Order: sequence, then C-alpha cells, then structure tokens
Amino acid sequence: MSGTPLLELRGVDKSFGPVQVLHDVAFSVHPGEVTALVGDNGAGKSTLVKCISGIHGTDAGEYFFEGQPVTINGPRDAAALGIEVVYQDLALCDNLDIVQNMFLGRERRSGLVLDEPAMEEEAARTLASLSVKTISSLRQHVSSLSGGQRQTVAITKAVLWNSRLVILDEPTAALGLAQTAQVLELVRRLADNGLAVVLISHNMNDVFAVSDRIATLYLGQMVAQVRTTDVTHAQVVELITSGRSGRLGTATETGNGYLSTRVAGAAE
Amino acid sequence: MTTRTRTVHTEPVAAVGQPTLSGHVQGYLARLRGGDMGALPAILGLVVLCVFFSVLRPNFLTAGNFANLFTQGAAVVLIAMGLVFVLLVGEIDLSAGFASGVCAAVLANLLTIQGYPWYVATLAALGTGVLIGLALGFLVTKVGIPSFVVTLAGFLAFQGVMLMLIKGGTSVPVQAEPIVAIENNNLPPLVGWLLAAVVVTGYAASQLLRYRNRSVRGLVTDPLSVVLVRIGTLAVGVGGTVHVLNLERSLNSLISSNRGMPVVVPLIALLLVALTFVLSRTAYGRHVYAVGGNREAARRAGISVDRIRISVFVVCSSMAAVGGVVAASRFSSVDANTGGSDVLLYAVGAAVIGGTSLFGGKGRVVDAVLGGAVVAVIDNGMGLMNASSGVKYLFTGLVLLLAAGVDALSRRRAVATGNR
Repeated sequence: MSGTPLLELRGVDKSFGPVQVLHDVAFSVHPGEVTALVGDNGAGKSTLVKCISGIHGTDAGEYFFEGQPVTINGPRDAAALGIEVVYQDLALCDNLDIVQNMFLGRERRSGLVLDEPAMEEEAARTLASLSVKTISSLRQHVSSLSGGQRQTVAITKAVLWNSRLVILDEPTAALGLAQTAQVLELVRRLADNGLAVVLISHNMNDVFAVSDRIATLYLGQMVAQVRTTDVTHAQVVELITSGRSGRLGTATETGNGYLSTRVAGAAE
Repeated sequence: MTTRTRTVHTEPVAAVGQPTLSGHVQGYLARLRGGDMGALPAILGLVVLCVFFSVLRPNFLTAGNFANLFTQGAAVVLIAMGLVFVLLVGEIDLSAGFASGVCAAVLANLLTIQGYPWYVATLAALGTGVLIGLALGFLVTKVGIPSFVVTLAGFLAFQGVMLMLIKGGTSVPVQAEPIVAIENNNLPPLVGWLLAAVVVTGYAASQLLRYRNRSVRGLVTDPLSVVLVRIGTLAVGVGGTVHVLNLERSLNSLISSNRGMPVVVPLIALLLVALTFVLSRTAYGRHVYAVGGNREAARRAGISVDRIRISVFVVCSSMAAVGGVVAASRFSSVDANTGGSDVLLYAVGAAVIGGTSLFGGKGRVVDAVLGGAVVAVIDNGMGLMNASSGVKYLFTGLVLLLAAGVDALSRRRAVATGNR
C-alpha cells in the first residue's frame, strides 16, 4: 500500500548464549505510519529494537533500509541511517535545559564557541512543527518538567536529527491520562509528518488509538503483522498471550513466524 | 520589532514574551525558594565575615590586609578552580593538595638543586600536573577504582614523592625572579587600571552583544536593565578592588613603596575567564555538565564519558600545579608543608562554599573564587584575632560543614519542588 517499507528485517535470529531470543523474525516499518510493536514481557521486543538500532548484532537475517540491504555494525550506523530510539528511561540530563538536552552530543558551533541562538531557534522550530504547546520556556531545566513534558522533549530530541525512523519504548508507561493523550498526539503527528514510527507499548488503548499496523511478538517469534483496522482488541490480546488468534498467528513448536507474517500481509 | 520578527516565523512556542524586570526578579526569587541558591550563600557569608572581623579587628579593613587576602588565598583558589571540574562530574580529588606540593617540589628541585632555568622548571612542574591527572583519571575510569580511594592513595603517595624530591623535608629555596614575582611583586597602578578596563569592557561587550544577538532573533533575553546592572556591579567591584590595591601599603613610602595589584591577581582572573569560557561556551564544557548530570544520558548522546572523566582530572591536577608554583612563589621556598596540611580541605571547602555541588552536575569556576575568598577571610581574620590553630581549624571546619549542609538541603528542597 505505501510502497517499499522504510525498514525491513527478514529472518532475524538472535541468541544470548544458549537462549535464543529471536527466531526468524520478519518486521517491516512504513514511512508515515505508526507501527505498534506489542508482546508480553520477554517476548523479545527490546531485543528486536536493540538489533534495529545496532546495539546488538544479529546472528542471522537481512536488514533492508529503503529496500537496500544494509549492514549495521553499531549504533552509529543506525543513527547515520536516521534511526533514533527514545528509551523508557528517557536519558535526559536533569541539570541541563531543554535546548542543551536536545543538542547534547551534537551541539551546533560557530568556531570553537557553542551557537546557542541557532540551537534555540532550531529547537523552537522543531517543537512548533510538532505543534507542541505544553512547554513554556526552552531555557528551563529538564528537572522542572512534568513526565509528559520530559517525554515530549525526549521525542522532539529524536526528531531533531532529520531522523527517518523513530522508535519509542513505552512512551506513556509512567504518564497520567492528560499527558498520555498529549504524547500520543505527538506520536501521531510524527507519522503524519512522514516519519516512520515504531511504538512499543503494553497499553492496548494506546496501540489502537494511534497505530496503523500492529506487530506481535510471541516468545521471540513475529506471529502477526496486521493493519490495526483489521483486528480487534481481543484478537491482539490473544495473539500476545497465546501467539495465535483464529487464522492469525502461528505459534507452533517449529516457529514458522516468517510464513505467518506473509499470510497476515496477504490478508491486507 | 521583535514581535514582528516573531510573527514572520512559524509561531515559536517557546517565546513567551520578553520578561520584565519584575518578572526577572520574581523568577530569581522563585529559583532561590526552589533551592537554587547559586553563589548567594558565599556572598552573604563573605559580607557577614568581613563585617564581623572589621568590627573586632579594625586593621582587618586596611589596604595592606586586603592585598594579603589575595596572596594568602591564591594557591587555594587556584586548586579549587580545578577541583570544580572534578566535582562537576561527581568525582573527588583528595590528592590535589599534595599534587600541588609535588609540582612545587619538581620546580624547586629543577631550579635550585639541578640549576635549570625557571621556564624549564615551571613547564616541568605543569607537565607533572598533567601526568598526575592522566594517571588518576586512568585509574578511576579505565581500572574502575572509586576516585575517593585512588586520590586518597595519591594523597599519601604524593606526600612521599614530594619528600623525596626535596631531599627528606628540608626547605628548598626558590629564588628565580619571575617565580618569586608572582606572589611578591605588584603591577604598576596604571597597569592595574588598564587591566580592569579591559576586563570590564570585555564583559560589557560580551553581555551586550549577546543581548543584541538574542533580541534581534526574537529569543528570550534577560531585561536590558538586568544586563546593565550586572555590568555595573562588575565595574564597581573590579574598580573598587583595583583602587584599594593601588593604595600605598608601605608604612613608610619613602623607604620602599608597596602599592599596586599583586601579580597573582591577573593570573587568577585570566584563568577564571579562560576556564569559565571552557565550561559555559564550549561543547567540552557542556559535556562535563552532562556527564555529571546523567552519565548514561551522556553516553547515549555519543559523548565519550571516559575521556571527559579523565580530562577533568587532568584539568584539576594542572590547576594544582599552578597552585603549587604560586605557593612556592609565596614563601620563596618549598618544604614538606607545601600543598600539605589544610590546603586540600581549604580548596574543597572553597569550591563547596562557593556553591559547587558535591553530588555533581552543578557548579561554576567563579564558585571557587568566591568560596576561596570566604576561606581566605576566615584564615586571615582568625590570624588577626590571634586565634589558636585549634580555634581556626574548628571554625573553618564548621563553615565547610555549613556549606555542605546548605548544598545537601538545597538539593533536597530542589528535589521536593521538582527543580533538581
């Protein structure tokens, strides 16, 4: 439907010693769409994300970016492709202000000196492009922000770098209702601005509120990757907990996850 | 005009109108209440102490004693300026005092015992500081020994190295003219005024340029009145200092004149400006704060955390070396006490009293100077009151405790008000 996926993984295996965490996983992410990555604890969501972002290498499998096969040897390679991950624990420095955090490690300079006005303008522009209205001053310390505002800063930071694919690890886990709504709105806007978004979440309401596709991991296998409109809450919960729901998913002992994804894809 | 620029761009969410003077003051008070005390405790403490000693000992408030404060406090302030870097990343360097002693001993050894020219000896002393910092940093970051332990070991070991360098604790004289001049010679009064003018104009230019730059771009700035007050305060402070230092301090000026700024004052000012620039205007400085604020966030942002941590130890030990050279200059000799006894604790105290946090991530180089002034005033005032060493140590210890208490309490308050 939306042509070539921005990111496509095929047949990815990953083991930590004797424990195989990912079995023959296929995963694709399209630009302009929010792909929810769901699965129970230990299903391999975090490992998959770390493989995508280059923190872990893969044991087997192919990695395509914009249809081209690429090799990812570390986080830098992934970042160079425009892949940004916003982790659950945010990774912001409390003692720095919003602009300083957004540009941390990639400061604008003019000569030797930091170009503060340029950074501040760019940060304001990025926030404006995402219609963020919840932040009053860019020069306040991150420590004085609410959970939702911090999440907003972390997400905006990821967007600042001409990123193509933003992976959000449970962005609403610790937020109240109003703040969750704000962050979900921001997630939706990222996709509407043309980015590919991967949203990891345990919250089915969030998933159904913003996602275009749902990818379900079950015991390290990708049991289904479907359009959100084609499934119900109950089906997704069933996929997460048992690996199958009606004709969706195939959590067999042999673990034929790759095939099942194709089947699900055909159902589109 | 600013409003027009703003409407031309896409609506900048962040710009919430230029704060007024009263808004600025309110913001400052709110920060104070929120536990962000900055340099306020040090300045208040300084004022209280000066009043206290002036009332009890009128000769505290003489031009001669004022100049003494600078020469007495110089070494501690210089060491404290380096310590700020280490404290900023949440480490500690207990060996900085004796590191300055070792560097002073290298200087004295090369100058007097081996007869090298002064510049060779000075470079060797500074180089020793760099090497010490590299070694400490390596042990802390690459081997992974806590900095407290590494530098405690350094505290003992450097004392030993120093004793060996000065042949078992004899007093080695340092007579090279340029070295001795740092603490014992004065600049001509006119040069003092020229330097003051340069400092004030430079500060004013940088502040006003920044103000113009930001307001032209429609970014939030401090009100112009606040900028002007800041410049005015600095001008008055620097001017007053230079004026007093230029007063005649000699009892009989016909025999020998003793007036002008001690050479060490511009040295401290230069290093203060340079290190402040590094911390607040360069990417390196930003990364130092980031490592102190959240090491994991810094690592994920692609900052080489180990390199930053090693570098702060290098800065600290190098500044200790400068402090060591200044200490050697002050007494025109190096003995077993150089950089020893209370130097380190005074330096840590200076940084903390000035407002640098022991918990990392918060602090400025100027803190070391302000806190160092407090320490120097206590030391000097107690001396004038003929207080015994016991009382002096007790008093300084209490002040340090008070400063660390203020740090811890304001931190707690900051956490409570979500302003960590």
